[in-house]
Amino acid sequence: MIRGWSAIYFREMLILRRRFFKLISAWSVSPLLYLIAFGYAMGKGVVVQGHTYLEFLIPGLVAMTSMTQSFAIGSEINIARFYWHIFEEFQAAPISNTAYVFGEVLAGMTRALLAGCVILVLGALFGVVLSYNPLFWLAFLLNSLVFAALAVGLAMLIKSHADQAMMTSFVITPMAFLGGTFFPVEHLPEWAQKILWFLPLTHASDAIRASAFGVMPEAGNYLILAGLAPLFIVFAVISVNKARN
Amino acid sequence: MTYMIEVANLQKKFNSHTALAGVSFRVEPGEIYSYLGPNGAGKTTTIRILTGLTRSDDGIARLNGYSINDNPLEYKAQFGLVPQHTNLDADLSVQENLVIHGWLYGMARQEIKLRIDELLDYIGLIDRRKTLVKRLSGGQKRRLLIARALLHRPKVLFLDEPSVGLDPAIRRSLWGVIKKVKGEGATVFLTTHYIEEAEFLADRVAFLDAGSIVTEDKPAHLMSQIGEWAIDTLQSKHIRSFYFQTRLEAEKWASVHEGEFTLRRVNLEDAFLAKTGKKVG
Repeated sequence: MIRGWSAIYFREMLILRRRFFKLISAWSVSPLLYLIAFGYAMGKGVVVQGHTYLEFLIPGLVAMTSMTQSFAIGSEINIARFYWHIFEEFQAAPISNTAYVFGEVLAGMTRALLAGCVILVLGALFGVVLSYNPLFWLAFLLNSLVFAALAVGLAMLIKSHADQAMMTSFVITPMAFLGGTFFPVEHLPEWAQKILWFLPLTHASDAIRASAFGVMPEAGNYLILAGLAPLFIVFAVISVNKARN
Repeated sequence: MTYMIEVANLQKKFNSHTALAGVSFRVEPGEIYSYLGPNGAGKTTTIRILTGLTRSDDGIARLNGYSINDNPLEYKAQFGLVPQHTNLDADLSVQENLVIHGWLYGMARQEIKLRIDELLDYIGLIDRRKTLVKRLSGGQKRRLLIARALLHRPKVLFLDEPSVGLDPAIRRSLWGVIKKVKGEGATVFLTTHYIEEAEFLADRVAFLDAGSIVTEDKPAHLMSQIGEWAIDTLQSKHIRSFYFQTRLEAEKWASVHEGEFTLRRVNLEDAFLAKTGKKVG
């Protein structure tokens, strides 16, 4: 059923390898600015949940990166689809839609994993090393799985690059700022917290931060991410099927 | 007789526009079957449906006995596709593009390696294997598309306007490659609006107009139905053609009419015009 996924994944990895140093630089710029501006300058002397603001910020940035970089696979798909027309080569090949989704989602997750490691290295350069235990990585991978699958599904529904940019502006950017990345969600009014509970990133930030601080994360965070992942994968497979028309 | 391609009553509408109005044809193994028609006749829609890129509204398509609806993966394994536009990964090398294709078709690593060597030699790109696709010329990219389509040894090769945008010399060399493919036993389905391409390559030609096949036959038969020789003459700012069975008849006709005439052999464009009342290009 998923024979052929490796070709999809292999292609994305070849492209990633070709642009590796450019991507590493690009992945470093925003987090570095956040760390300098918010963590080092503005957050100096600030204590949040018993930790320095820099310590609080790094797990949030990791959660945000796992979302933005896995979601960025959608842009790669659209370049392949609208600009290079490579998607037609995949549609004409004897592979299932599930195999296609599987390959692209794994590529998105790999991309997120590499970008996440860049944040941890930057954090270490700022003198912050937290506990990067299996629960930390589990939350990271689940979050990137959710957003990579969402990206693949949405990439099939949109009609142009402009739509892709709009999707990022309306879905990803608000979530990046409100999903517990830069401040504790508890600082917001209760009604806002209730709304933010529905965002996957809120749960990913919670789980990643708790595990990085060596505290047992809430199982509910993992269950919600693990529940969303198959839903978005099914959405992605249906969207790929629809894209043929 | 087992047909390699069997199409029955293929229909497709885009909103209110009928792209295909019930197309049916059959192609024998090893045959080059060409679809000739003007832009918008339904050539690309047919090829997109036959390669699984677009769904038909109705009709049956079978390749080597496999149905596109009932056995889509087995069906897709039967063919290679050379699309009208270049759909290669420009930032990857010639070899990388081919390896990805081999993996998509479940080929073993060693088999991919051997086949790439064989095909790059075949299309004259053996020394460009590590070259990025974006550095290739238009003709080299077309040849690479053919090599990619042949990598998994398909039984059927679909070519959608393969020589569009190429200069005449490169077009001729491409025709040589297509003849070679047929020589190795593959069945070729070709769409084109180049008369000479269909005449040179096709064993059988179907005239497509407004989503329907008007007629299909061997190019020589289609042409002989209207004559062997043609005279073009300018009448009221329009070129009009007259057809004759022999050169002598044509010359005799010219001798009793006034004006400037051009005597030439009948071609498929004449046959198309006679059948549809329209020009191909």
